[in-house]
Amino acid sequence: MTILKTLATAALALGLATGMASAESHGEPTKVGFIYVGPVGDYGWSYQHDQGRIAVEEHFGDKVETTFIESVPEGDSERAIRQLAQSGHDIIFTTSFGYMTPTNRVAAQFPDVKFEHATGYQRNTPNVSTYSGRFYEGRTVQGIIAGHMTETNTIGYIASFPIPEVIRGINASYLAAKSVNPDVEFKIIWVSTWFDPGKEADAANALIEQGADVILQHTDSTAPLTIAEERGIYGFGQASDMLEFGPNSRLSSIIDDWAPYYISRVQAVMDGTWESQDTWHGIDEGMTSIGSFNPVIPAAVRKQAMDAAIQIAAGNLHPFTGPINKQDGTPWLAEGETADDGTLLGMNFYVEGIEGSIPN
Amino acid sequence: MFRLEARPQQSRAMMLATPVLAVIATMIGGAILFVLLGKDPVEAIRIIFIDPFFDPFSRSELLVKGAPLVLIAIGLSFGFRAGIWNIGAEGQFIMGAIAGSAVGLAFYGTAGLWLLPLMALAGMLGGAAYAMVPAILKVRFNANEILVSLMLVYVADQFLRAIVSGPLRNPQGFNFPESRLFHDSAVLPILFDGTRVHVGVLAALVAVIVAWFVMERHVIGYNVKLLGAAPRAAGFAGVKQKRLTVLCLAISGGLAGLAGMIEAAGPFGQLVPTLPQGYGFTAIIVAFLGRLNPFGILLAGLVMALTYIGGETAQFRLQLPAAAISTFQGMLLFFLLGFDLFVKYRVRWARKGVA
Repeated sequence: MTILKTLATAALALGLATGMASAESHGEPTKVGFIYVGPVGDYGWSYQHDQGRIAVEEHFGDKVETTFIESVPEGDSERAIRQLAQSGHDIIFTTSFGYMTPTNRVAAQFPDVKFEHATGYQRNTPNVSTYSGRFYEGRTVQGIIAGHMTETNTIGYIASFPIPEVIRGINASYLAAKSVNPDVEFKIIWVSTWFDPGKEADAANALIEQGADVILQHTDSTAPLTIAEERGIYGFGQASDMLEFGPNSRLSSIIDDWAPYYISRVQAVMDGTWESQDTWHGIDEGMTSIGSFNPVIPAAVRKQAMDAAIQIAAGNLHPFTGPINKQDGTPWLAEGETADDGTLLGMNFYVEGIEGSIPN
Repeated sequence: MFRLEARPQQSRAMMLATPVLAVIATMIGGAILFVLLGKDPVEAIRIIFIDPFFDPFSRSELLVKGAPLVLIAIGLSFGFRAGIWNIGAEGQFIMGAIAGSAVGLAFYGTAGLWLLPLMALAGMLGGAAYAMVPAILKVRFNANEILVSLMLVYVADQFLRAIVSGPLRNPQGFNFPESRLFHDSAVLPILFDGTRVHVGVLAALVAVIVAWFVMERHVIGYNVKLLGAAPRAAGFAGVKQKRLTVLCLAISGGLAGLAGMIEAAGPFGQLVPTLPQGYGFTAIIVAFLGRLNPFGILLAGLVMALTYIGGETAQFRLQLPAAAISTFQGMLLFFLLGFDLFVKYRVRWARKGVA
């Protein structure tokens, strides 16, 4: 009897112990990892993703533990992603297009870890999601402001790489600028980098020499805005607000607000409801948002830009609405027709009116 | 007062000691840096230099990261010994990667064991051919190979960007500038399951052994060393200087090209514009850290790889900024060059008035 009783107690104790252990493992914080292509101090793209990370920490408190690796070269990212995967991270956000193949490779080897890749299109295994912002919606708003504000009718554009996302931004802002100022002209410089303050500053100066008095940028540093401030022309914040870098020169900005998305995805991991999906959110959902307007912008222009943002968010206005011809004059969209996401995702042509060619 | 005095002969002991001293000084300098950043220096040094050896994945990554560095540095050591300064290994690396990848993609979908050797050959030829530009300009017109080879790096980089946005672009890749993924028989086989260690690591080891043999046991090695030590004497001894210059550049270009092809067909499995990681430049540090000796280079390549891999771990475990890691790597070269002074000079304590 006693022996049986002892055994039973032991078994009970053991059961309790395992029960407690599993309860404890439930209490462990969810580990969230981030891979950044630039330094968190770029005050642009990577900075903004890091703001998202900080928001996750603030939202969940002790329930999460976040880590990041910054300045990870796209070509050498597989190891960094894998290090996060095997050091017990539950969900990993890889925040540059060039991480696409490495993310999918690592994901295939770590089926229990969730991966979120920004701006890519590959989801090879069920533990990979992709997400991006419809930044071109913000470009439309910028284009309206830039078209009104330019006095030389020359708008400069600092472009990074000739990928669809960048070309989409150029086309959207051109169409918007043209719609409010038929004489407007775009000068585009390709700098072949996402983040290089020196090169970006050189490009900004070169554009000013060519007569540009408003500069748009699709690179991550604050250098173009600083140059705009020095030379007394206008620019826009890119990815983050950048107000403090161009108090007079910054007209507005496109802000990538990743925080709500990151919080919802981490929550999904905690709840066990995470699923592979593709997210492309714009002004409506807040992933793309428009920074405050510089008071130098006339009230009527501010209203027009604001209305455009509101109409885009409401789904009443599509940045790519026909009639639009391609650069070579061939028709693309008929009167009233809007572009489908597939074409936008693979966009490799300028619209009619833009001069120069996309580098090959 | 301290006084520097030229040694009658280079100190062999110091030759061997300076790399070790440089690593130790880097650890001390790094520790100070980490303290200033408010991190635990002992833990940081442990994570960077020791932990990677105890983690199987990090251990395997040392080999992946070290292989291209060793291959390129071995090639460079021939030229450096002969006083021929090929600074453009990065460009030759890129050209080798392009040539190797082009062959792989030309036979897309074709199975066969012959494909990888053919790609390797193309990679070597691509790199060597690109190194012929500074070689021929040097022997024909006495153009400075340092400048020519360095400038050609930027040309190669632009060429790579052009080729992945044009002829070699993935037709199903939404116009993103990169090639398609290589098919299975154009990808280097993995040596150990679950790691990224590919056969290119073996190629690096073979290169080390062959280089040692050529350098120490073959007349080419003898001529190379003679040319570097005493160019005029080499002339009198019948060394054909021009031919040797071309040969040294061909060897360094060929091995850099092979490294490029190995990177493309190994860890990447495709041609992308972000393929060049500066290995061609880092390998210069590796070559000197390894005393231009093949086995020294092997060790130096692993030490260099260690700072990369440990550095990444330190970033996410301690949240050290990436710039601190780069500074840390820069210290290594700085201290090495600094301590090198003691190979040729010794410090004497001189009483006042004597000097």
